[in-house]
Amino acid sequence: MAVQNTAMAEEVKLFGAWGSPYSRRVEMALELKGVPFEYIEENVSDDKLKSPSLLKYNPIHKKVPVLQHNGKPILESQIILEYIDETWKSNPILLQDPHERAMARFWAKFIEEKCMPPVWKALLGSRDERGKAMEEVRECLKTLESVLNGKNFFGGETIGLLDIAANFIAFWLRVIQEVSGLEFLTAEECPLLIKWCDRANAIAEHLPVECMPALWKAGWIPAENEREKAVEEACECLKTLDSALNGRRFFEKDTVGFVDMSA
Amino acid sequence: MGEENKVILHGMWASPFSKRVELALKLKGIPFEYVEEDLKNKSAEILHYNPVHKKIPVLVHNGKPIAESLVILEYIDETWKNNPRFLPQDPYKRARVRFWTSFVQQHLFETMFTVVKTDGEAQEKAVKELLEKLQVLEEGIKEFFPDGNICIDSNNVGLLDLVLLSVFGPYNVQEEVLGIKIIDMEKTPLVYSWLRAINQLPLVKESIPPHDKLAAVLKFMRENALKSSSA
Repeated sequence: MAVQNTAMAEEVKLFGAWGSPYSRRVEMALELKGVPFEYIEENVSDDKLKSPSLLKYNPIHKKVPVLQHNGKPILESQIILEYIDETWKSNPILLQDPHERAMARFWAKFIEEKCMPPVWKALLGSRDERGKAMEEVRECLKTLESVLNGKNFFGGETIGLLDIAANFIAFWLRVIQEVSGLEFLTAEECPLLIKWCDRANAIAEHLPVECMPALWKAGWIPAENEREKAVEEACECLKTLDSALNGRRFFEKDTVGFVDMSA
Repeated sequence: MGEENKVILHGMWASPFSKRVELALKLKGIPFEYVEEDLKNKSAEILHYNPVHKKIPVLVHNGKPIAESLVILEYIDETWKNNPRFLPQDPYKRARVRFWTSFVQQHLFETMFTVVKTDGEAQEKAVKELLEKLQVLEEGIKEFFPDGNICIDSNNVGLLDLVLLSVFGPYNVQEEVLGIKIIDMEKTPLVYSWLRAINQLPLVKESIPPHDKLAAVLKFMRENALKSSSA
């Protein structure tokens, strides 16, 4: 009897960046489905430092994440998520019903196009821009609160595509809030969403949360006198992360730049 | 079954996003009711069905609304499984179609938009970027037409064809209004032939708005944009 042992023949590689929500989404989906994969940490701060493989597989955008499956590259996190769901059928992240699927895709786009940009504007923009941007973010979060509609996850009882696509909100937004002092997500306005964040974070395997704010501070806080200390703390953190993650390489620079993220 | 499948498309005749959904429904032979929306005076239905973006197109299927043209196109393909299938069956090929669709939508369309809405140096820069990106597309689509033969008929039109058509289908109009060569037979022969092939499909020919009407809309858009940027 010939047994096709496809598991042995499968080669799955993920070119990612640990600080990128886009990259983390793909990791989450692979982990959720129990797909063994090789992870390659990319130095995304400079094109010259990116691996030849990444540049070969994504010559147009030169960005992470890139999923390589049996030699074939798949690009762009949303597209990769759909590919993963279509290829590995356990723990589906999209429901079968076309309307439910359309809703998940619609809201994933909403997060990407409407929620994320004003967060950056609030963080990096002028004082005038900040107020308006904060308002926009809060409106987005209120909308998501109503989309959640009391469910445990956007996907229902289990994590779905939208929960994964919303990882920026579950994890990164809280880091940004801590670092910047800007209050986007509040218990008064979005009590259910906050509980969802806790659930989503508990399921996904995360990097030591304590380290993220230090790294962000080093990258974002403009005051010169604070910067050196922040960078020092960040480098300590990187060493912690390095050992915590068993040999994943991290970029070693004395300044920490923000990760170049994939669309 | 017949009564159950009520499909309404809220659209706007000059919108490329609306046009691609309209064509998709016609290509699949799905009977639908079309509601022309006045974008300056949006109907209560649009505000109700798409409260987040308040935009067209919105597809309403058996009372349930779906917004965002690319989401709608995938919904149509998953709900009505007859030919043409907009996405291939193989997951890797699907990922490639989605990638290039995203490229056309997010990069080419956005840059084209900038070309329309600017002049002087800003426009020159946008045109240069547009032409460079068209070259990228030219190279990229070789994977879909490996022997250079473009064979498109109403049974195999796909997502990428629909999106490319909606952005550059009326390139003659765009070139006339802007006074710029965009789809050059010599520089991007594959893209040129591809557009020609899609434009020749009977359903496409009968759905494309008249040249003069489109030109008038494009001119109006451009004039408005230039006026407000210099105000």
